[in-house]
Amino acid sequence: MSSPHPTAHVDYLLAVADDALVNAQRLGWWISRAPQLEEDVALANIGLDQLGQARALLAHAGQVEGAGRSEDDLAYLRDERDFRNVHLVEREQTDFGVAMARLLMVAAWQSHLYAALRGSTDATLAAVAAKAVKEVAYHLDHAGRWVVRLGDGTEESHLRMQAALDAEWPHLEELFDGSFLDPALVADGVAVDPATLREPVLSTILAVVEEATLAAPRVRPAVGGGRTGRHTEQMGYLLAEMQHLTRSHPGATW
Amino acid sequence: MVTRTRSRAWTVAAAVPDPEIPVVTIEDLGILRDVTEDDVGRVHVQITPTYSGCPAMEAIRNDLVEQLSDEGYRQVEVEFVLAPAWTTDWMTDEGRAKLEEYGVAPPAARAAGVTPLTLSVRCPQCGSPDTRESSRFGSTACKSLWICNACREPFDHFKAI
Repeated sequence: MSSPHPTAHVDYLLAVADDALVNAQRLGWWISRAPQLEEDVALANIGLDQLGQARALLAHAGQVEGAGRSEDDLAYLRDERDFRNVHLVEREQTDFGVAMARLLMVAAWQSHLYAALRGSTDATLAAVAAKAVKEVAYHLDHAGRWVVRLGDGTEESHLRMQAALDAEWPHLEELFDGSFLDPALVADGVAVDPATLREPVLSTILAVVEEATLAAPRVRPAVGGGRTGRHTEQMGYLLAEMQHLTRSHPGATW
Repeated sequence: MVTRTRSRAWTVAAAVPDPEIPVVTIEDLGILRDVTEDDVGRVHVQITPTYSGCPAMEAIRNDLVEQLSDEGYRQVEVEFVLAPAWTTDWMTDEGRAKLEEYGVAPPAARAAGVTPLTLSVRCPQCGSPDTRESSRFGSTACKSLWICNACREPFDHFKAI
């Protein structure tokens, strides 16, 4: 398809796609490491949903760009500065409480974002969103149950769930920062201004936090920059692992 | 001339089994959206994924090409369509019955706009409604894991979406 603002349009699609792609990569780490077998399966399935959403969005971004790049090219052959995901999804998550706090935040964000994007004037983006919104409802439910179970659990699990929430919370605000976004895309109805999602997303998250007997952290937002390609140190290691096979064996198939 | 009704090509495509739950066909599941064929043996098939990341889509594409080619169609194109988004409401009654017989509890009919996450599910083994969910996510993206409190058997449930 042709777009009146192709560069900004591609950047926006990459932002939505890269959040899902990088989140999928981090979720995959949990396979064989989760506290129980069912949780291995759950996190693998959630990661698979995220990967599927990312693939559809990357393929579409490649078409809008019109330079012949496929979903694989975009996933495996871009360098760190070309990735548009937020810091929230790219940092290591080797603590299960942190993984659930983060999943709660990401799923709450994606639930509201995809719900709004169902009305995008970009028909492909709207179609991906309409499908994805049903999937992330399950992710949100899953994360919410764990946060409540751990927060409203034992003294130890409460402390650790609160610590996890405190650790992730500073990265929440980056999701609502639309300064990277060309206002013309919002005016054209392609994109959703992230700032308009702040209240509903926070409301969704805070309802879970309250039920979990946890406290909303009073912390200053961390410095972001992911939407313009400025990432944390851990992003390079993530990409090294994710892209290693394709880069070491160009064109390999099986 | 392009035929959009139940053509021979549709019948061939409709018989392709789901690779992960082979007792049901892609028509039973509502994955098969459209089949058109023309006079010179070209077929265009539209299928839609159950979930965005469903890994069965490639296998289904290959099976469609193979089955239709075996039936003499010279050129088979398989297109993935996303809109409108697949819903378990598209599953046929026959498909639901086959799933249950196979041991997979079929999805509940979905109220408009609401995802029924808390409805009770009947055990496909003994028929008891006294069941509990053991994991919201199961062996494939489309299923959750349940346990029957009556017969103590675990079973898969096809999630309503």
